[in-house]
Amino acid sequence: MSTERNAETNAAGNAGISAVELQGVDKTFGVVRALAGVDLTVAAGEFVSLIGPSGCGKSTLLRVVADLVEPTAGTVAVAGTSARQARLDQRYGIAFQQAGLLDWRTVAENVELPLQVHGVGRAERRRRAVELLELVGLAEFAGARPAELSGGMQQRVAIARALAPSPGLLLMDEPFGALDEMTRERMQAELLRIAGETGAAVLFVTHSIPEAVVLSDRVVVMSPRPGRITEIVAGRRPPVAGDDLVPDTVEDVRETAAFFEAVTAVREALRKGAATEGHAE
Amino acid sequence: MSAPVGGAAAAGGVGAVAGPGRRFRGVSVIVAPVVFGAAVLVVWQLVVTVGGLPAFLLPAPTAIAEQIGAQFPVLLETAAVTGGNALVGLVLGFVLGVLLAILAAGVRVVSDLVTPVVLAASAIPIVALAPVFTTMFGSTTEIPRRLVVMVVVVVPVYVSTARGLRQVRPVHDELMVALAATRRQYTRFVRLPGAIPYVMTGLRLAAPAAVIAAIVAEYFGGLQNGLGSRISAAAANTAYARAWAFVAASIVLGLLFFLAGLLAERLVTRNRPGGAS
Repeated sequence: MSTERNAETNAAGNAGISAVELQGVDKTFGVVRALAGVDLTVAAGEFVSLIGPSGCGKSTLLRVVADLVEPTAGTVAVAGTSARQARLDQRYGIAFQQAGLLDWRTVAENVELPLQVHGVGRAERRRRAVELLELVGLAEFAGARPAELSGGMQQRVAIARALAPSPGLLLMDEPFGALDEMTRERMQAELLRIAGETGAAVLFVTHSIPEAVVLSDRVVVMSPRPGRITEIVAGRRPPVAGDDLVPDTVEDVRETAAFFEAVTAVREALRKGAATEGHAE
Repeated sequence: MSAPVGGAAAAGGVGAVAGPGRRFRGVSVIVAPVVFGAAVLVVWQLVVTVGGLPAFLLPAPTAIAEQIGAQFPVLLETAAVTGGNALVGLVLGFVLGVLLAILAAGVRVVSDLVTPVVLAASAIPIVALAPVFTTMFGSTTEIPRRLVVMVVVVVPVYVSTARGLRQVRPVHDELMVALAATRRQYTRFVRLPGAIPYVMTGLRLAAPAAVIAAIVAEYFGGLQNGLGSRISAAAANTAYARAWAFVAASIVLGLLFFLAGLLAERLVTRNRPGGAS
């Protein structure tokens, strides 16, 4: 199974190289300082969430890493290279709040899109799409149209698409924000299993505190005007043993005292960020 | 103009009626206009025969039907000529309109040059060009009529396609940048497929217009082998019932093109909920 191979290559190939390294990143839109002096390192295979109120720059920060937004100042390294080179080499996969599938393509053809853009042959693309759809549990929907799928299923297709080039880094901008609570919790468990199996690092934007805590190794708390990191709290990502991570594990974590402590810690950090707002400049 | 969306909504509306009600609706959709049409014909016949209207004002439906029977081979022949001109012009105009719109979407200068010209072309009566084209290309060829049709067709196809090419969802835009897609890949994978419902709407609007243009273009001289030239010839010879017979054939031809355009649009967009959303 080649997902195992990917996990090995991601872990081995990235040993010593951080998935993301940000130093003194500033971003100004006109007169608005969206990001101010952001330093952040995401280790290979690490799961890091960005959390904060609207306008704190968490989405902008994700887009800086993705080279969709150019920073005004500071350095950005992704997988040991520049953000631009990482984008051109498809070193990261990305998923947005909207699944953004192409309606006129089948589910499998949507998953193949990144590979098609990179000129991978048809047979190899098809093989990879089948493998990824198995990974996200949608193998029997390969020939379906996106419109026939529920919101949660569409988002899983979008995750499979993001994983198509076997990236060492997954960038996710509130990918479960539009889903109902039940689907959302199921998707969180799915994502942890997938991240574990592929060995990919994840940078995850959310404004749900429990979601950030249950998924992450570290929760990065941000505050607005100007967008900056106020605190980093240890998350409660459950340990992963290959395919053994089942939704129950995540459910168990949600009921532990440590989980509630971390949730409280993040909430307090957010409150502190809000209190200092206005005094920052 | 939200034609594709409106079309899909209308289709959904009919499809949403369930069970026996739906079947009843389906029958009534066909039966109601047929009954109405027959009633109009009966009243028309009565007004002409009982009321004694002169034939040059309005021939009786029976007289027209008689002419349709008598002229049937000629009707088919001339309809084929006019239909052929409309089809050739439609295909040429469609290809040209789509290509121009793609070029305009990709190259700013082309857009700046072409868009005002095409929009201006939509404002002038294009059939007015017919006599000029006839003089230019001679009266022994079909080229002038086909050119008129082509110019008439280019406008809606260009406008509709250009609009479709502009309708890219922001999430697709960001996705293609994140995937490091080239401009060509962006057009091929996202913009063109996304524009197809709009392209088909342009075709549906252009198809009946192509028939009208082909018929009217024949009124201004040239070969005397199509429906339009037969209508004007019969009217000039006071053969009013015969003129109406060719008018009836023109209506049928126009309906055929309209239905073909509608069918093509439905077939292409059947897997697309909400049009180009």
